[in-house]
Amino acid sequence: MIPLKVNGTAHTLDVEPQTPLLYVLSDDLGLNGPKFGCGLAQCGSCTVIVNGRAIRSCSVPVGSVANAEITTLDGLGTPENPHPIQKAFIDEQAAQCGFCLSGVVLTAKAFLDQNPRANEEQIRQAMSGVLCRCFTHTRMLRAIGRYAAERRNA
Amino acid sequence: MKTPTMTSDAIAALAREGVSRRAFLKGSGALIVGFSVAGAAGRLGLTPEEAFAQAAADPNIQLDSWIAIQADGTVTAYSGKCELGQGQFMVQSQLVAEELCVPLDRVRLTQCVTGVTPNQGTTSGAGSHFANFNRAGLALAAATARQTLVGLASTSLGVPAADLTARDGAVFVTSDTSRSVSYAELIGGRTFQVPLDKAAVRRHPREWAVLGKPIGRVDLPDMVTARLQYVHNLRVPGMLHGRPVRPPSVGATLVSVDESSIKDLPGIVKVVTRKNYVGVVAQKPWQAIQAAEKLRVNWSAGSPLPSQAAYYDHMRTQPSRDTIVVDSGDVPEKLAAAATTMRATYRYPFQMHGSIGSSCAVADVQNGKATIWAASQNVYGLRGASATLLGVPPETIQVIFTRGSGCYGINGADAVAFDAALLSQEVGQPVRVQLSRKDEMAWENYGLAFVIDQQIGLDAQGNIVAWDYEGWSASRGGRPGNRPGNVASGFHMGFEPAPFQPRTPSPAPTEFLTDNNAAPAYMVGRVGSHEPGGAGLVASERVLSHRIESPFFNGPLRAPEQLQNTFAHESFMDEVAARVKADPVAYRLRHLRDPRLMGVVSAAAKGFGWDARPSPRPGNRQRGVVNGRGFACVARDEGNGWVAMAADVDVNQDNGQVVVKRLVIACDAGPVSNPDGIRNQLEGAALHGISRTLTEEVTWDSNKVTAFDWRTYRTLSLGTTMPKVETILMDKPDEQATGAGEMSITIVAAALGNAIFDATGVRLRQVPFTPERVRAELLASSD
Ligand code: FES
Ligand code: FES
Repeated sequence: MIPLKVNGTAHTLDVEPQTPLLYVLSDDLGLNGPKFGCGLAQCGSCTVIVNGRAIRSCSVPVGSVANAEITTLDGLGTPENPHPIQKAFIDEQAAQCGFCLSGVVLTAKAFLDQNPRANEEQIRQAMSGVLCRCFTHTRMLRAIGRYAAERRNA
Repeated sequence: MKTPTMTSDAIAALAREGVSRRAFLKGSGALIVGFSVAGAAGRLGLTPEEAFAQAAADPNIQLDSWIAIQADGTVTAYSGKCELGQGQFMVQSQLVAEELCVPLDRVRLTQCVTGVTPNQGTTSGAGSHFANFNRAGLALAAATARQTLVGLASTSLGVPAADLTARDGAVFVTSDTSRSVSYAELIGGRTFQVPLDKAAVRRHPREWAVLGKPIGRVDLPDMVTARLQYVHNLRVPGMLHGRPVRPPSVGATLVSVDESSIKDLPGIVKVVTRKNYVGVVAQKPWQAIQAAEKLRVNWSAGSPLPSQAAYYDHMRTQPSRDTIVVDSGDVPEKLAAAATTMRATYRYPFQMHGSIGSSCAVADVQNGKATIWAASQNVYGLRGASATLLGVPPETIQVIFTRGSGCYGINGADAVAFDAALLSQEVGQPVRVQLSRKDEMAWENYGLAFVIDQQIGLDAQGNIVAWDYEGWSASRGGRPGNRPGNVASGFHMGFEPAPFQPRTPSPAPTEFLTDNNAAPAYMVGRVGSHEPGGAGLVASERVLSHRIESPFFNGPLRAPEQLQNTFAHESFMDEVAARVKADPVAYRLRHLRDPRLMGVVSAAAKGFGWDARPSPRPGNRQRGVVNGRGFACVARDEGNGWVAMAADVDVNQDNGQVVVKRLVIACDAGPVSNPDGIRNQLEGAALHGISRTLTEEVTWDSNKVTAFDWRTYRTLSLGTTMPKVETILMDKPDEQATGAGEMSITIVAAALGNAIFDATGVRLRQVPFTPERVRAELLASSD
């Protein structure tokens, strides 16, 4: 039995501890946010935030995050009340197919939470392991920049 | 016509879409625009939905789009074109709201469900713009509905239709807007069945209130908060998880499977084999993945692949299917008489769609029926191919389009649907399959490799007087249609791809078709006594294409073939301009006559601040970072858009790195349905083009593909320094809308190659322009 705390809700799950977290989140808990893109920690689409850090859930055994605070894209905000970074993506219309959004949004959020004063170049560096094959890069970086600025001025 | 009865699939599908069938049956009223069947439905006493659903399920009845306005004013629109990430859902919703004159939030759109939505073929970039998709379908249906409502209002208000205006779901007296009647009131408790009026007057782009506006996508808030369900998120009751075991090499065949090798693993439901196909089904996804990895399978060695290093030369030696696109017959003599001739050869590799999410599908095949949820670009095509695969009649299958990862053409969406369908049939339960990254990449239908020889003759003034194109391209398989063997999974299951049929010589053309831009824009394009169809002035012209059989599966990849051909044309044009010391923009214009192409060329040059001078840039040093600018343009295949691009590029001559700093794109796509949507496409496709130009190439060894993940097949990450992209949209309200999703990508490779030449004086004639290749060319030229 593995205790998991996801998006503020506690679960106890009967899963094999070696199972990558991604499958537990998407299959056992039915969350839409983290998605299988590569299973190799190469793309970011399975990203979730664990204790404030963005991690790639395809490559982390569920047993290693028992009791941690896990946030997925589903848990950040709602369509009616999006989190400010989600709102920035809506304002900038920063998506095409949207499949990569967990990696893009959560990697940026976790980074800016830790480095609120980061400049454009540092943000880009932080995003260097995240892929978007629709190449919405320009808008996404603009959305992240907008969120960073709002966060600093708040 | 057969007596229509509603299929249970159609009822279920309609229910799923939230369409209240009872609303019709209980007579709460609706206005439905359909087609020939609308009348029949009335006569037979069926609800229109029953009739339409039945007719749509019958392959012998051709339906167009249709639309229903319910008594509460809600509009349900059915479209046979789907959302692939380019904003189709938004623009089609806008289209319905515009033509019907209702607020956007009243429109509910259902995309691509067999038996429910009309069969509108493949949703692809080529036909892709937005409104273009439904010029004759959805838009006319909505216009018909509006016209009908205005007619009803004319009776009810006692005012001639010409004096009425439809707006916001109501009809107003134009001169006295206090007098109005809402659509809901007009419909009341009655049901109207209206046949599509092909002459219904569309709203002119100049009157647009909803279309043409940069309205944010309605689906984006759900996407960014993970409320939108992709096919990858779909879970149905009793669902199991499948995983194919693809062969270790191309052409390997199955010898034996040792099921005992996984007997100790938990959750295994079944090992499935058919011909050269192996797959496992398990209770949980992770169990299926592990089982597929551990399962011991014996394969034959397969056949050797042609050497990649020598592949472009190999292509020229193969049996081919030849196509003469145009031949004025005088090219050899014009070349012989020319003051100067030039030739060059361009090479373009196989490339991947490389969707960010590996492909996924869910199938439920049991009790003589099948439901397949897939991100296919063609639900009716997938239904036909699945019927062949499963050995069942197509009517027993329903394919439901469910969104996937952006596909850019035929990614693994159809292939994985076959995996899911076969595995589900074998276990009699719903099965979800998502491919591994490797199975997606090593077995998808790659964009075609090309090698192209160009030759031109110049007169004494430096004008091009003759142009000769001869190209070889490699292809195999493609969109499944009714052939499961056109993609890897179906092939492994024992189906053959469409046969390769060599043909030499080619028959003479009967009309001018550019054949995916094999003919450069600079040609006159004269075939027989027809009006010349080309965009240019070069009258001595020959275009000969050879298609050879590829060792891999292939299919349309964003700007299919158009990109490869345009790379060769626009690079060569630049070489010729440099040879005669002409400014590349002015030199292009000198050889063009199509005003729309010339319009975007001038607009892009102006927007960029182009300084007229020949390339290369004078005074650049031979070391360190140098800067250059490049230009390219295209009149896309068969009038499907006009686009030009100017690129500002830095080249680091010490390490071969190319950094694109700025792109200015001018685009003429006719009237623009959503300016922000089209800009998003132009920007994204431009950056996609940079990635394809600088890094992407399918590699292989003696028997297998060696590009199978994001380390072995490179894509530019969000950390890459990307250019500032400026887009200029030509204002063309009186023209027809054209495709836009593939527009800018078609010209990126040439624009970058031309900029690199401008910066360094060195010409790159083979994609990708990796640092190693750039460096090698620089070194070779300094020898
Ligand atoms: S799916 Fe985890 S990084 Fe790609
Ligand atoms: S929006 Fe499609 S992969 Fe990023």
